[in-house]
Amino acid sequence: MIWQLLKRDLSMLLPGGRQGGTMLPVLFFLAVAMLYPFAVGPDAPLLARTGGGVIWVAALLAAILPLDRLIAPDLDLGVFDQLALRGISEDMVVAVRIIAHWLSFGPLLLVATLPAAALLGLEGDTVKLVLLGLLAGTPGLAAIGVMIAALTAGLRGGAALSGLMLIPLAVPILIFGAGSLARGEMSGIALCGAISLLLLAAGPFAGGAAIRAAREG
Amino acid sequence: MQACSLSATDIACRRGDRVLFRGVSLHTTNGDALHIKGANGIGKSSLMRILAGLLAPFSGDVIRTGSVGLVDERPALDTQLPLGKALSFWTGLDSASTKTAHADRLGIAELLDVPVRYLSTGQKKRAAMARLLNQNADIWLLDEPLNGLDTGGVQLVETLIAEYCATGGIAIIASHQPITLPAPATLDLRGFAA
Repeated sequence: MIWQLLKRDLSMLLPGGRQGGTMLPVLFFLAVAMLYPFAVGPDAPLLARTGGGVIWVAALLAAILPLDRLIAPDLDLGVFDQLALRGISEDMVVAVRIIAHWLSFGPLLLVATLPAAALLGLEGDTVKLVLLGLLAGTPGLAAIGVMIAALTAGLRGGAALSGLMLIPLAVPILIFGAGSLARGEMSGIALCGAISLLLLAAGPFAGGAAIRAAREG
Repeated sequence: MQACSLSATDIACRRGDRVLFRGVSLHTTNGDALHIKGANGIGKSSLMRILAGLLAPFSGDVIRTGSVGLVDERPALDTQLPLGKALSFWTGLDSASTKTAHADRLGIAELLDVPVRYLSTGQKKRAAMARLLNQNADIWLLDEPLNGLDTGGVQLVETLIAEYCATGGIAIIASHQPITLPAPATLDLRGFAA
């Protein structure tokens, strides 16, 4: 049953999936990494020093793009109702969707970090820290994203609102993930991973509760 | 089919700060068909959702034994997918194997390759009925099942309900249109409006 849900979610969300626009987050991410050197000029030491942070901000903003497609279409179609009638809880559906959402942008973002790091002229050590940090932080971003998508699914203008809601919630991930770059060590990444785990544990229940609340409204 | 029943006692429904109806009670058991009538906005759909367990009643209790299948205005079929694939997601979950037979019966066999978004209202309704048949539920809750259906479709739904009740299923139909049911019982929500 979980596998069937995951298969459906992946066919919807994975790059080239039938929902369309699935490549947009990664293209957006690369576009930011490409524009930044144009904006600050060809100052290689400055780019190398700030580039890691730019990659983090780009990743965070890219995670906002797919939010309106995560929960709202299924809510409109009545899919959650039909699943509930079959005894499949909203929490379970949300948990599966968090996994699918992460798979649809996380690994791709990690791959896209390599060309982005080249564009910004990052050092090998910095690239390693960025990659590890993103690996630890993006699951948390996925959990926040699905949670917020569930909260705003029933609202008009939910897409714009969800972007605004994601930013403050994602700040701890950003602080510890990008903060490890300045110190050049792993402790920040460990904390970033801990926040991700916390969000992954809470996400399904918060998202499920939001969907049930939307049904009452 | 196993023994199943659906009872509601003294249900009241509130939407926003308005009470739609109160004091609704019903009792159905194997083979019953119940037609819930009422004008637009009186709360037929809300009552169906309460009976399905998707909405909490403002007061009163609902007791269900048996699994519930619901057809409402939303077909829950992925709009981007061909109909056959959209249906097979649900048949997979319901572990049903007889999907094509129902497709023939409902006149959607030629549509299985057509993306759901190109289907008409009536065709989507037929598809939703196919999904319901595959579910093998003990209780059918049909919310305006005749909307968008042509005369052939209306007769087909009436036949399906009659066959279903004959095998011991419970069918509760909310509709403002007349519908021919076996052993018809009706519940008019007008008398319960708050």
